[in-house]
Amino acid sequence: MEMQQIKFYQTGTFTVGNRLLEADQRSVQANMERTNSLNSGHRACQGCGEALGARYAIDAAMRAANNQVIACNATGCLEVFSTPYPETSWQIPWIHSLFGNAAAVATGVMAAMKVKGRKDVRVIAQGGDGGTTDIGFGCLSGMFERNDDVLYLCYDNEAYMNTGVQRSSATPPAARTATTMALGAEPGNAFGQGKNVPLIAMAHGIPYVATASVAYLRDLEAKVSRAMTVRGARYIHILVPCPLGWGAAPHDTIKLARLAVETGIFPLFEAEHGEVTSSNKIRHRVPVEEYLRPQKRFAHLFGKTPAVDTLARIQDMADRNIRKFRLMDERRHG
Amino acid sequence: MLKQCEGSHAIAESVALCRPEVICAYPITPQTHIVEGLGEMVKAGDLENCEFINVESEFAALSVAIGASAAGARTYTATASQGLLFMAEAVYNAAGLGLPIVMTIGNRAIGAPINIWNDHTDSMSMRDAGWIQLYAETNQEAADLHIQAFRLAEELSMPVMVCVDGFILTHAYERLDIPTQEQVDAYLPPFEPRQVLDPREPVSIGAMVGPEAFMEVRYLAHHKQMRALELIPQLSAEFGQVFGRESGGLMRTYRAEDAKTIVVALGSVNGTIKDVVDELRDDGYAIGAAAILSFRPFPSDALHELLSHAKRLVVIEKSLAVGIGGIVSHNLRMALSGISLHAYTVVAGLGGRPITKASLRSLFERALRDELEPLTFLDLNQAAIDRELAREQAQRRSGPSAENILRDLGVR
Repeated sequence: MEMQQIKFYQTGTFTVGNRLLEADQRSVQANMERTNSLNSGHRACQGCGEALGARYAIDAAMRAANNQVIACNATGCLEVFSTPYPETSWQIPWIHSLFGNAAAVATGVMAAMKVKGRKDVRVIAQGGDGGTTDIGFGCLSGMFERNDDVLYLCYDNEAYMNTGVQRSSATPPAARTATTMALGAEPGNAFGQGKNVPLIAMAHGIPYVATASVAYLRDLEAKVSRAMTVRGARYIHILVPCPLGWGAAPHDTIKLARLAVETGIFPLFEAEHGEVTSSNKIRHRVPVEEYLRPQKRFAHLFGKTPAVDTLARIQDMADRNIRKFRLMDERRHG
Repeated sequence: MLKQCEGSHAIAESVALCRPEVICAYPITPQTHIVEGLGEMVKAGDLENCEFINVESEFAALSVAIGASAAGARTYTATASQGLLFMAEAVYNAAGLGLPIVMTIGNRAIGAPINIWNDHTDSMSMRDAGWIQLYAETNQEAADLHIQAFRLAEELSMPVMVCVDGFILTHAYERLDIPTQEQVDAYLPPFEPRQVLDPREPVSIGAMVGPEAFMEVRYLAHHKQMRALELIPQLSAEFGQVFGRESGGLMRTYRAEDAKTIVVALGSVNGTIKDVVDELRDDGYAIGAAAILSFRPFPSDALHELLSHAKRLVVIEKSLAVGIGGIVSHNLRMALSGISLHAYTVVAGLGGRPITKASLRSLFERALRDELEPLTFLDLNQAAIDRELAREQAQRRSGPSAENILRDLGVR
């Protein structure tokens, strides 16, 4: 009989079908024994990328740490939708203190575990982009600089969604937010601003930095698992689309998260001790317009007269990412 | 053991004897020597089983303390002045979460103008944050109060600030009695937290609370402080039994039994006040004093009782509530319900201005003759103020006030 090639990926999505993998290669979420650390019943919006990312990341961390995990949460959507008193979706020990101090609280928990001889207990800090790249940045940098044994997870939805979609230092250029209105000569967020926290994390020389996207959940799980094998400060920056803030359909969360990667706008890579060690290759490159057009926050770019110059600038940024992080398979495209 | 040492060092030794497990340090004058002392003990291996963490800000210091305490570690930090304000959000948070952190405040003025010297503006700004606030009169008491503070904090699951006058106490060298480890161990049991982050028994701490329960959570904090009104004297008495000396309590009176005029103050200035009371007693005046040791909870009943037979009350305040006057006086008014007396508020010693015996004596003499204004600023240089006011009157761009006054004082 002629050999028949197994269709490893579902058509058009590149999503790995678990059924086709060996049991030990299947995702944490495919396992009956997954911990459901962030349990169902919480109040996230339909299509919330952050809820999805947090569930995969924390469950993967739980598996890696033999369920000995304590999480420290910054103020933000994740905190609000998961814990309206007296309900909580967290099946793990969890603390929320303030907006800007999640990394420092995690340092404190880590110190307490160390002094009590509980080296088996692993500490996670988590927050949105506002709590990470803006208000929590001082504490984050301090935790990195001391190389405290904490895994920090940033769920980046590119604005302050919990307070009603205001600009953060992770908001992309041209994006409309409540504080970068789609008005005037240069509508939306300004070009040439904002900060790249994964690169800043690398500049601290910490042992592990990675970026991930909720479109590539196996990759996210793998990066969390990898991070958990390392001691010291670790940082994973996860792109999590927000249907409300981005003005997108809830069923498009995964699609947009994938397009951000396939355009080169959001490069996926890993770095150790300040050096990039690998990047996820783009298998199906698409122009940025495909990513931007379905999002109402970019609607002003596609009016009666399309903002071709602005689109070209965004395309330039994506192209630069592709070169810088070597996102194309160079054997085929180089 | 009797020792000649700096106040800060005595506090550090006392804290070390309490077997802290996590200490977070960020430098700010005048508390710095305390954490330096502790850091030295940890680094040298004299203080075992303790993590000493150098952080990047006071906000981080208290945030690390919050995490450590919530994870079940006995936790200590210290700060002062701008540092306390910089961590303000975490100050409220630690109290709201009910975490028994002990923090020393080396009391110092708040800028601008920037000033490193002593007054009580810093800790007074956090008086309603939900922490217990104890004010030490002497360095011996400062050292002793820390031992009581851990016991009190952990008993109530509530943070405690021990307020120690910057420089006047923190940097003063004197003969102090440092207790033994056995004594402290006999007095302070190991930390048994009411709530703890533990994978064996997962809990969520710090959840979102709406109108349906927020009032009750806040009320419980108040209720606990009311309990502290009973607990603080008990712990002070027990301290006396174990350590053989009196220290702490809600308040302490001095020659107040038959006094018609009572002077009330917080902290180290009480030493000077007592000397002046002695002088005036020698001259036949019925004057006495009361030191408030616990400003939060506020010992309203004890003060009501004390003042119910007095004719005059003089409150010496090391802080200024701009736009109204005194903070301590304002709090005392709540305790004066039904009592009719002459009450004088005296703002004194701001930014380290010395409060001298001579100034206090002349102040009290004026009070005894009822010649004081309701609000008085002790030893205010009225001429310097008048000159600056005249400048402001004369021209719109009169320049920065602080610099103008300094120039006047230096050049004249």
